[in-house]
Amino acid sequence: MKHILKIMGLLVAISAIWIGLLETSVIPRSFTWLLPVYLIVSLGCYGLLMVGVGLMLFPTCPQEAVLLQKDIREAREFLKDKGVDVGSD
Amino acid sequence: MKEQLKQEEKNKYSIIIPTYNERLNIALIIYLVFKHLRDVDFEVIVVDDGSPDGTQDIVRQLQHVYGEDRILLRARPKKLGLGTAYFHGLKYASGNFVIIMDADLSHHPKYIPSFIRKQMETGASIVTGTRYVRGGGVHGWNLMRKLTSRGANVLAQTLLWPGVSDLTGSFRLYRKSVLEDVISSCVSKGYVFQMEMIVRASRKGYHIEEVPISFVDRVFGSSKLGGSEIIEYLKGLLYLMLTT
Repeated sequence: MKHILKIMGLLVAISAIWIGLLETSVIPRSFTWLLPVYLIVSLGCYGLLMVGVGLMLFPTCPQEAVLLQKDIREAREFLKDKGVDVGSD
Repeated sequence: MKEQLKQEEKNKYSIIIPTYNERLNIALIIYLVFKHLRDVDFEVIVVDDGSPDGTQDIVRQLQHVYGEDRILLRARPKKLGLGTAYFHGLKYASGNFVIIMDADLSHHPKYIPSFIRKQMETGASIVTGTRYVRGGGVHGWNLMRKLTSRGANVLAQTLLWPGVSDLTGSFRLYRKSVLEDVISSCVSKGYVFQMEMIVRASRKGYHIEEVPISFVDRVFGSSKLGGSEIIEYLKGLLYLMLTT
């Protein structure tokens, strides 16, 4: 099944529940009317939170850059010895 | 059991590296590949898109050092794109597994053994490198780049439910038959191509595993992430939502 259909299905299911709530009035109607707004706001909050947390916990590896420089020096020496033209810069 | 063991012994890995003006980097990568893969049967396939800087000359010199059967140069006349480069290299691959990686040294060959180990432990069809978990990471990214990367990732996770943490990474190990199957249904370009590959593979139900890798950004080059890339990415996301 195409992925967009899955998402549409989810949206339809949510709308059905919402309409059901509107029709049966188990909770006050004025409140039910606002539910979609709450849903969108909370989705936005979720996104921002995930980006924020991800940004704070973004794994970095400065030590890898140092190790790489070491590997590069080693590789250049070896290749130069073997007559590969790795330049001098 | 014996047969299985025999089969594992016969595993051969074809490492496909597309290049364009990577004269120095390709030499360094090949040295590091040979240094870190000692007890493994492998070949390196360099797909060079007609680099004017003499990348192919360097590869020929490396062939003299390491052997023409270990390093294959399969050049193309001009720049034809990443997806077709893998397809081109794949035609010459003699291994039953294929490893793809970037030529700019942002991917370190020392991680290849962990890809192979992970594959053997789990029997996965695809092992993909991820920068976003403990043990992995990036270096050389400013705040803007991290923010874009995070935003893109959250968006993709929310809209596509792909089941992998790093969609646009391009350091991966594929079972050769799986790569052949998936690549033929992919049409995107650039890093959307990497995302399309992994999403299609995931939808087809292939077993995908992840290993942490570090990503040291462009020691000998430059990279940009501008508005047009972001538009391309969003278009790619939409395309994948509609077609997978």
